[in-house]
Amino acid sequence: MAFLTNFYVFLFYFAAFVLVAGLARKIIQYARTPAPLKIPTTPAPTTGRGVVFRMMREVVLFESLFRGNKWTWIFGWMFHFGLLLVTLRHLRYFIEPVWFPIQLVQPFGIYGGIAMVVGLAGLWARRFLVDRVKYITSTSDHLILGLLVAIGCTGLLMKFVFHVDVVEIKHFFQGLYSYDIEPLPADPLLLLHLFLVAMLMIIFPYSKLLHAPGLFFSPTRNQVDNPREQRHIAPWARKLERS
Amino acid sequence: MAKATFEVPELTQYTEVPSVTPGAMAHSAPFKSKEDFQTPLGFPGELVDDWQTKAIDKMGELLGKYRSLRVYMDACVKCGACTDKCHYFLGTGDPKNMPVARQDLMRKVYRRYFTLSGKLFPKLVGAEDFTQDVLDDWYSYFHQCSQCRRCSVFCPYGIDTAEISMAAREIMDSIGVGQKYCNEIIGKVYKIGNNLGLPGPALIDTLEGLEEDVYDDTGVKVRYPIDEEGAEILLVTPSADFFAEPHVDGLIGYGKVFHEAGVSWTLSTHASEAANFGMFIGSYDNMRRVAQRIREAAIKLKVKRIVFGECGHAWRVAYSFLNTLAGPWDFLDPRYPVPQHICEFTYELIRQGKLNLDKSENDDKVLTYHDSCNVARASRMGNTPGGQFEIPRAIIRATCNNFYDMDEDTIRDRTFCCGGGGGLLTDDLMELRVKGAKPRLDALNNVIQEKGVTHMAAICAICKSQFTKVLPYYGLEMDQIVSVHQLVSNAIVLTPGPDDDEDEDDDEPDLDGPNEEEETDEAA
Ligand code: SF4
Ligand code: SF4
Repeated sequence: MAFLTNFYVFLFYFAAFVLVAGLARKIIQYARTPAPLKIPTTPAPTTGRGVVFRMMREVVLFESLFRGNKWTWIFGWMFHFGLLLVTLRHLRYFIEPVWFPIQLVQPFGIYGGIAMVVGLAGLWARRFLVDRVKYITSTSDHLILGLLVAIGCTGLLMKFVFHVDVVEIKHFFQGLYSYDIEPLPADPLLLLHLFLVAMLMIIFPYSKLLHAPGLFFSPTRNQVDNPREQRHIAPWARKLERS
Repeated sequence: MAKATFEVPELTQYTEVPSVTPGAMAHSAPFKSKEDFQTPLGFPGELVDDWQTKAIDKMGELLGKYRSLRVYMDACVKCGACTDKCHYFLGTGDPKNMPVARQDLMRKVYRRYFTLSGKLFPKLVGAEDFTQDVLDDWYSYFHQCSQCRRCSVFCPYGIDTAEISMAAREIMDSIGVGQKYCNEIIGKVYKIGNNLGLPGPALIDTLEGLEEDVYDDTGVKVRYPIDEEGAEILLVTPSADFFAEPHVDGLIGYGKVFHEAGVSWTLSTHASEAANFGMFIGSYDNMRRVAQRIREAAIKLKVKRIVFGECGHAWRVAYSFLNTLAGPWDFLDPRYPVPQHICEFTYELIRQGKLNLDKSENDDKVLTYHDSCNVARASRMGNTPGGQFEIPRAIIRATCNNFYDMDEDTIRDRTFCCGGGGGLLTDDLMELRVKGAKPRLDALNNVIQEKGVTHMAAICAICKSQFTKVLPYYGLEMDQIVSVHQLVSNAIVLTPGPDDDEDEDDDEPDLDGPNEEEETDEAA
């Protein structure tokens, strides 16, 4: 038992480190790389405030995807919104006391879990049913979908079929903050669920899941349309002017 | 009309999404550049030794210079929203013409050499070594992208395949694999001053001819000046405007508008080209060098404003990049944006009621309007977003009585490329051009059938040349494509100057361009 607990302690420290360090590295890399030319997809906002609004519509509503493909939008939005609710619900394991809004969101988190799995199923089905999407799908795309579905299903099973001791789980995670190791319930479903979540955290900075930070750095979406009013020049391009 | 050596698709009422046909366009590739065309641009003359390492190094360099490339290589989730948006896929069914699959040609190399997952588990994430086969695929399919950015409109992360095509072409050029059409043309700009390779005296001659034609036609002396120091406005226009049809009718229109505005203006032999093919090959250096000519001309001619003629990608480079590449423009009149589009100029006059327009002069036509991709999705006109859609339409409405838009899904920022943009307007890519035009022509044909449309107006030299060439393949007439300023030219009622004769000369002038179509449409 001690071995299992220790293994998960190590796993979560490791996964958290990879996630944070990997993402930080990527974000710094994106931020440091200049965008030498103004390339917003027009019509584009002409003010910074407009860009924030455009970005919010992309993040919250998936506006471009909505224009692009309604099915993918429905399933994609369902999955992401579900994931958001589930994540909020899970915050109760990580904070003490549990904030009031997080308490409120608890029941919705369950619907979120269901929406998540249904959305994923729809997205996965497209990978088999639409010949174009099938063509562009690689093994890793299936694996990531599989991983997410498995996380969702194990979670739902614990909620609805095989209950686990949530109090002990909470103690385990609270303990991690202060390296105060508490035993993890040896429930196979829980162990699987947690293992898969750790995997997700580890692959995040090395996979297409980078779309999350990527969106904020996409020049076609985050640039202000004002090239005539304001001269835009990258440091490496300015060097050309001196020669 | 040229005989097709391939099957020309049937136009359909709505463009249907074809099923995936792997390899359908694998045979399509433009002529390769030769040493003579490579060297002036600073590229090696032939495939260099050790090309693979050099290409990877170049890719690394570009990943550090362009955030777009860096982010877009990572961010795609293969959602498929872009897969049915590219006119080349819609026209050919070749899956590698789906934007995401086109990106993947580069992404698989990126993953192999620049990502942990691709180094460790290449098979799993679809990473591949940069082999000769992959390079051949690059050459073929990155020259089946007109950099129209339609895909970027629908992508949840705004991934712009044009950025990736440009980077791929830059990488290929850097190892000696260039495309003849683009690189030869850029060389001509450096040597002679424009894409068509028209020397100064020929331009002067042509413009004198235009002045005579307009005088014969209208009885009013409209000037078409070139290299006139101290003029207020420098007009930079695609060189196709000097010779090709219907481009030249647009140029005639610009002159008439300036005449009515009462401003002095001039063309320049040094900057006798608005096009900038440096963008198509993704080369910042070459794009900058081409753009610098405009700065030089503006300084030399001591002008106060710069106005661009009708050209799509040229307007993108002008509107979005000129300030970056050749600015700052602090020596010009600060009351006007630099540069301005001729449509902005004309529209302003119309708004102020300064143009006397007789719409009935265009009553022989029922018009529609083609939004050129670079104008629609990579630039703006006027002060408000979307002005690039409204201003040209407002001009058309002011100059003719019959106007109908095409299907909403195929105009404005969802417009379809003409099929010849992005450095693909060459005869060695005729099959691609014809098939890629299908989605646009489906929509055009629809308004022809339903609304009785007879002509389509455009503000892009490439679009005009491309449609002139491909319309006949589909059983339409080549002269169904017109310039927006051709409509202005027809409708405008000129104010006679002091030395003009009062009674009009009604003889039909001979406006046929002096040149027949050249072997390659070096328009722009
Ligand atoms: S930029 Fe245009 S031509 Fe290129 S892949 Fe996207 S839609 Fe196709
Ligand atoms: S729409 Fe964007 S994210 Fe989706 S497959 Fe295309 S490029 Fe990738």
